[in-house]
Amino acid sequence: MFTALLIEQLLNGLQLGVMLFLMAAGLTLIFGVMGLINLAHGSLYMIGAFACATVAAATGSFWIGLIASLAAAAGVGAIIEVAVIRRLYDRDHLDQVLATFALILILSEGARWLFGSFPLYLDIPPMLQGAVPLPGGGQYQLYRLAIIGVGIAVAIGLYLLIARTRLGMRIRAGESDREMIGALGVDIGTLYTVVFALGAALAGLAGALVGALQSVQVGMGEPVLILAFVVIVIGGIGSIKGALVGAVIVGVVDTMGRFLLPSVLALTMPASQATTIGAALASMLIYVVMALILAFRPSGLFSAQS
Amino acid sequence: MNRILAASLLGLSLATSSLAHAEPVKIGVITTLSGGGAGLGIDMRDAFTLAIKQSGNKDVELVIEDDAQKPELAVQIAEKMIQGDKVDLMTGIIWSNLAMAVVPNAVAQDVIYLSPNAGPSALAGANCNPNYFNVAYQNDNFHEAMGQYANKDYKNAFILAPNYPAGKDALTGFKRYYKGALAGEIYTQVGQTDYAAEIAQIRASGADTVYFFLPGGMGIAFMKQYAQSGVNIPVMGPGFSFSQDVLPAIGDAALGVKNSATWSKDLDNEANKKFVEAFKAEYKRLPSIYAAQSWDTANLILAALSKASVKDKDAFRAALKAADFKSVRGKFTFNNNNHPIQNIYVREVVKEDDGVLTNKIIATAFEDHKDAYADKCSM
Repeated sequence: MFTALLIEQLLNGLQLGVMLFLMAAGLTLIFGVMGLINLAHGSLYMIGAFACATVAAATGSFWIGLIASLAAAAGVGAIIEVAVIRRLYDRDHLDQVLATFALILILSEGARWLFGSFPLYLDIPPMLQGAVPLPGGGQYQLYRLAIIGVGIAVAIGLYLLIARTRLGMRIRAGESDREMIGALGVDIGTLYTVVFALGAALAGLAGALVGALQSVQVGMGEPVLILAFVVIVIGGIGSIKGALVGAVIVGVVDTMGRFLLPSVLALTMPASQATTIGAALASMLIYVVMALILAFRPSGLFSAQS
Repeated sequence: MNRILAASLLGLSLATSSLAHAEPVKIGVITTLSGGGAGLGIDMRDAFTLAIKQSGNKDVELVIEDDAQKPELAVQIAEKMIQGDKVDLMTGIIWSNLAMAVVPNAVAQDVIYLSPNAGPSALAGANCNPNYFNVAYQNDNFHEAMGQYANKDYKNAFILAPNYPAGKDALTGFKRYYKGALAGEIYTQVGQTDYAAEIAQIRASGADTVYFFLPGGMGIAFMKQYAQSGVNIPVMGPGFSFSQDVLPAIGDAALGVKNSATWSKDLDNEANKKFVEAFKAEYKRLPSIYAAQSWDTANLILAALSKASVKDKDAFRAALKAADFKSVRGKFTFNNNNHPIQNIYVREVVKEDDGVLTNKIIATAFEDHKDAYADKCSM
């Protein structure tokens, strides 16, 4: 029974990691190419979830909702880039943080104004309902397996996009020297808008996928955003590979910590005390891991700006 | 938005109070109007303002502020209301951790605080205060009722709650009356939205029932994930986990679940019928338990105001303590520690003919129930 539990928890950690990767990939791409800290990334995640829930409720199909979430997040991302973000590239990080924080407030209140404060209903598509048996006698929710699959597919897709296509070449060039590719005649403005919209679409996808699992509500993006920042700091800012490794580390450490710490502590103290202290320790575990990694590799595991 | 609302209410009441000569009363309402817990606070605010509006009492002035479910923000707002706005009464806080941050300080400055929801154990026993009235419940109560009810069918329960004062009170309350064994006990993070790790432990635990206290968005996330996990151990919870504010978002996964509460939409008394009708007519949705408690809080204040001036603190406290109002929960009196003595019911989630999910009372768990801390209170 314990093996089954362990496998299930590892899968849970992987699923959380993959979801964080979808968020962190966009965040790290935007930072790597444009040098911009985008706090409003969590709002794009929320927009994806709201778009999916609304369209799924109107059409009855989760899949149309999923496409709508990609379109809505990418669209809002592109509008934000053109209207606001474009003016911030030459400013320092404090201005960027202030402006994108303002965007969080505007987008959250906007969503509240449009959809109200009560959570929306978004269900898992019928095809992915239920659980599948695991080796070792356990069971695992099919939808979470599907999220893991989507995450791996996105990781491969991003790798191919960046390593094999012309757009990817420009993104890599933009990461290493912004002025130079501008001087070589690449339309840097369009490139920035495309990268921003791509990052936004990934966040929207994550929001829609997770929205069906959790609850779709205003402010759902900010807790995830904090974890996504931890991921890119661990992985090395600007590195997609780092984002993937960092996301899986954070996902697995967080899940295993919540699961194992209380039981380990229970060996040395009364059960109810162990659960309280274990829960408290588990919630800070990923930050401890982040501090340890930064102590040995100050610019993260796979820093792009080495 | 909230500021505009507060300001316009303030403006309105200033405009009208010059006509009426009765003394104006200023009530500070701190509640959660943004973030994941906003549904609860909005129901609280809406019921409260509706009750004041329907009473026709023009002397009541409301100052409403959003605490965003953040204790530090709630403390700042409370200071501003007490020092700046000079409020006579305060109410509105939904979450126990916020109540613990605000209430002891407010009552120490001789402001009367009436709780429309949170009832942390720390304020019910030795630290009870004549300025603190809890119109809702003591945190343990709902859980005690479910613990009692669980004895009927279950012998090995898995229990979980968020890691904050109300979560700890919840599991303490459940264990006080539950006689069977515990298959597991987990404290989750406040605001957590992914419960995969906890559900895996439930699956492995061999429990025969799961008892969970997860108010607001947390409960929605848990129930949806639980329904999909392939675990089919029956769940139950306090009314908060299956309240009207979360039922539409949980969907059919909640059907048939038993939960405990002091109030339900179908509770048969005049005040309740009037309340449910008025709330539905005004806001086009069904009221939750938070709305019901808030409605009672407003009516308790209105009843006390008709008997005593809020400037005469002793007389006003006595008028509040008499609890001479028509509660939507039927019989309602205050215990020595200013916490309610009331019935607690077991409800079941049902689907009405129009497809709306709601609760129906199926049993009475406790009659005239008192909390476990009252005898430690010296009042």
